[in-house]
Amino acid sequence: MRAGALPKLLLSPSVLLVLVCVYGYIMFTIYLSFTSSTLMPSYEWAGTTSYQRLFAQENWHVALSNLWVFASLYIGVAVVLGLGFAILIDQHIRAEGAFRSIFLYPMALSFIVTGTAWKWLLDPGVGLEHTMHDLGWESFAFGWIKDSDMAIYCVIIAAVWQTTGFVMALFLAGLRGVDAEQISAARVDGARTWQIYLHIIIPQLGPVFVSAFVILAHMAIKSYDLVIALTNGGPGRSTWLPSVFMYQYSFTRNEMAIGAASAVMMLAAIGLVVLPYLFSEMRKVKNG
Amino acid sequence: MADRRSTGLRADRIFLYAVLLCLAVLFLLPVYVMVCNSVKPLDEIRGGNLMALPIVWTIEPWLTAWSTAQIGVQPTGLKPYFVNSFLLVVPAVAISTLIGALNGYILTQFRFRGANLLFAAMLFSVFIPFQIVLIPMAKTLGVLGLAGTVKGLVFVNVVYGIGFTTLFFRNYYAAFPNELIRSARMDGADFFGVLFRILLPSSGPIIVVTVIWQFTNIWNEFLFGASFSDYSSFPITVALNNLVNSSTGVKEYNVHFAGAFIAAIPTLVVYLVSGKYFVRGLMAGSVKG
Repeated sequence: MRAGALPKLLLSPSVLLVLVCVYGYIMFTIYLSFTSSTLMPSYEWAGTTSYQRLFAQENWHVALSNLWVFASLYIGVAVVLGLGFAILIDQHIRAEGAFRSIFLYPMALSFIVTGTAWKWLLDPGVGLEHTMHDLGWESFAFGWIKDSDMAIYCVIIAAVWQTTGFVMALFLAGLRGVDAEQISAARVDGARTWQIYLHIIIPQLGPVFVSAFVILAHMAIKSYDLVIALTNGGPGRSTWLPSVFMYQYSFTRNEMAIGAASAVMMLAAIGLVVLPYLFSEMRKVKNG
Repeated sequence: MADRRSTGLRADRIFLYAVLLCLAVLFLLPVYVMVCNSVKPLDEIRGGNLMALPIVWTIEPWLTAWSTAQIGVQPTGLKPYFVNSFLLVVPAVAISTLIGALNGYILTQFRFRGANLLFAAMLFSVFIPFQIVLIPMAKTLGVLGLAGTVKGLVFVNVVYGIGFTTLFFRNYYAAFPNELIRSARMDGADFFGVLFRILLPSSGPIIVVTVIWQFTNIWNEFLFGASFSDYSSFPITVALNNLVNSSTGVKEYNVHFAGAFIAAIPTLVVYLVSGKYFVRGLMAGSVKG
């Protein structure tokens, strides 16, 4: 049916809000990144100065290399574990629902809660290390969270704990959609279960791998809460991510143009991952 | 696609269950630690074992976390912030769900130019890093007089929830039998007639999914809360982070654990009560198109 005035009228507030508060604000932030804004926004055009200054910041490079370590390990481990969990759950086990629920519940928690819980679990003074000493294993040492070379791995542990169940749910849905006939044919030919997974099922899960990658990558780039709650960016700046950098420069160091430039870089990174995915999904929808 | 015949191989099955049980214990550990240490006196945590059950049980840390812990200037505990989060979540979820239903209806039942482009634009807005809108939104809230208020947070969460809720309802209504709507139209149902008498009454499942999704997202939200609220309007996530990270002097681990659990209760309850829908909500949020 063709839209008359009423549907258009009722849709327009949403359109306006998205247009202004998403696309308008993106434009605004991009513009700011080309100004010399410091504490307050200034609208004077300053060219690419703030990008040059951004890339000259050691803090930015630290944040980028942390993001690289964090994103690659987080995505890699969560995908492998998620797939593994899904395959385990897929073996016609008893209490499937209970296991699924246990693996998935961390997703219901806020990253701030997750961060708080893991902060004390990983703290050598009260957590795992302390507990092991208490149990008589005196030489046990696990002080990663206080070690600037290792703290980023603590963020990865907590993040993986939070999202593995979700990745499992994605793969489980994918596994249940795999063509059953091929599998029974392979079985008749005498293939073992692991062979069937390796050669028949997993190759068919391509789209799930892509979805999982896109979602996790975009979560990794956005990550902020978990780092703040778990390590607050420290020790030193060893767990700074671009999101922490952006907040610091925009709101506490009065370098708004540099903060805006870093936000633009984050958007660009997400666009690079998400846009091709969205285009291909939209095309699929159109072609039925 | 499991192997039916392997059910016979007992060793395999025992191994499988052993692995699953170990993983389950590992996954439950953080919450076990949170709960069990929230009912211990502080010296038992410092002197003892994080995994051990309390020797002396106490609800003191919960009472402290709830009503006397120092978060702002006053020792108010988490209570006012817990209330703030509800004052934020209830209207934000209600409004964004309604908008989503309306948008989904319009985008699927009416044809107009640019509808697909519009939908694609909304879809992308779901993925943007909120850092890109933080500065202009702070300015806007200031101009509107909503900075540092719960109302301002409601506004922000509604705005950035529209993409999700529209996506959910649009996909749901796209699969809705068209004959029903056509015959209702023939019977003279107008725009709202179709929405209120045909679509909404059969939207139960998607409403539940949307409400769960929005509830957990907004309850757990931190960045907007940290950027746009002050001591009078902090949501629980920001208050908890303040409690844990800015406390000076003795670290009251038991109070922090209790606080973390208090902040987690509403979404855990939602998850336990509606686990099936929660999963569906997660999947709906991930499978685009």
